[in-house]
Amino acid sequence: MTLLSLTQLTASYGATQALFGVDLDIAAGEAVAMMGRNGMGKTTTVRCICRMMPAQGTLVFDGQDLSRLPSHRAARLGIGLVPEGRRCFRDLSVAENLVAAARPGAWHAGRVERLFPRLGERRRQRAASLSGGEQQMLAIGRALMTNPRMLILDEATEGLAPTVRAEIWAAIATLKADGMAMLVIDKSLKELRGACDRAVILERGRSVWAGPMRALTTQVANTHLGL
Amino acid sequence: MNREWLLNAALLAGLVVVPGWAVWADEPFTIMLATRAVIFALAAAGLNIALGLGGLVSLGHAVFFGIGGYAMGVLASHAQNYTPLYDGVFTIQGTKSMPVIWLAAAVTSGLAAWLIGVLSLRTSGAYFIMITLAFGQMAYFFAISWPAYGGEDGLSIYVRNGFPGLNTLDPIQFYGLCLAWLCLVLWGYARLRRSPFGLALDSARQVPDRVRAVGLDPRRLQLVALVLSGAVTGLAGALFADLNRFVSPSMLSWQMSGEIIVFVIIGGVARLFGPVAGAVFYVMMEHWLGGISDYWQIFLGLVLLAVVLFGRGGLIGMICGKGRPDA
Repeated sequence: MTLLSLTQLTASYGATQALFGVDLDIAAGEAVAMMGRNGMGKTTTVRCICRMMPAQGTLVFDGQDLSRLPSHRAARLGIGLVPEGRRCFRDLSVAENLVAAARPGAWHAGRVERLFPRLGERRRQRAASLSGGEQQMLAIGRALMTNPRMLILDEATEGLAPTVRAEIWAAIATLKADGMAMLVIDKSLKELRGACDRAVILERGRSVWAGPMRALTTQVANTHLGL
Repeated sequence: MNREWLLNAALLAGLVVVPGWAVWADEPFTIMLATRAVIFALAAAGLNIALGLGGLVSLGHAVFFGIGGYAMGVLASHAQNYTPLYDGVFTIQGTKSMPVIWLAAAVTSGLAAWLIGVLSLRTSGAYFIMITLAFGQMAYFFAISWPAYGGEDGLSIYVRNGFPGLNTLDPIQFYGLCLAWLCLVLWGYARLRRSPFGLALDSARQVPDRVRAVGLDPRRLQLVALVLSGAVTGLAGALFADLNRFVSPSMLSWQMSGEIIVFVIIGGVARLFGPVAGAVFYVMMEHWLGGISDYWQIFLGLVLLAVVLFGRGGLIGMICGKGRPDA
């Protein structure tokens, strides 16, 4: 069953067009990698899905047209966002960050702390005083506390130490095994190959390649990602 | 137990001990001053919900204070004149019962806050301040041109309203009622601040986009905060009118709105006992400096300047540090 469907999505920043036609489908329980070099429209696509900026084209989540919904309503439909740059509520403690975002469902603070035991150890610590990796874990935990049906991770491992990156990827694998639909944006092709079922590559605001992960050959990666 | 907790306990102890001493020393005027300070603290505690938690700088909170005052004045004047408030399809009588008046004051001012919030929360920053000021001025001039309830001269109530089991004409008993309300509201504020709603509201003040991304509407959070804030300030207005046995358009003036903001800023925005510290300090300045000079507010202005420039956490912050209120 298709959960998210984007068809010929276009978007602009003022007079500057950023997306020229992005197509993307994510089925329930499926993990899709979105790749592309810097400035190709990945984060803009995420912002459009989350209704943080206007877009044209078809934008459907679970059969509902997202194009006229405000961002908080889109989130309530079950789109959980882990934004680029983490952006936790800095003045709140770890526990408060989780509680502030909570909605009823299978995910609760205890389950988030089981996924990221470090958050349990730092429950009373202010978010601003956490390390970058811990803030990233908190950002993922906060998104999970909204009990989403699809999680979007925008550069969730960027700038983190290798050991912390490994923890984040392990958590993503756990979420995948639990049947969480995910859109994962990252630069690590090796990790994405292990975590995702399919991939979409964006180039200059267009989706130029889409297919199963195993079909993403070195040649395709060289051509579109410059790897 | 941190320094702020100790200071809060000392302030609360002062609010019990000083009036207690005044009863022992037969100083009813001191009790009246303490009652005035507690009622102002209650009004400021109401504003602290909107300003401290929600970041809403409202220059129209006198609307709620005045509506609370007029709710008391209108209901009590009909009761003392034995005339119905409304006599049409059904009849509404006036009342001298404080609980009924408090309920009417909180509900009417909460409704007014909802109406003002729905319209003014479409804006933010300076525009929000201007819209709330505009509503305040509209309410003020409406009261002035409302002859049925005294117009510019205001409305006098001959006897203070009653509360079951208490003699409210006894200053200390009326003070006790006001202090009980203040404690209840401060307890509610402390609970609210730690609740999911309070945390989300605090987050909406800091990063509204993030709050939207987790499925919450910052405007709705702020609207609820404004309604709660208006209801508490309205309740304070009803008590203030009962203290003076008089209500007039001055309760709705923009100067009154400014004074309520000053209580919060002097005491400490978002601090649990900030409104209490600010209101007590203000009433003390008004009493002592007012005895020295008619222009005592010049000194208040200097204090306000000092607090804003050197102690952004208000008096509480100056003593306890500028960190997060309950850190």
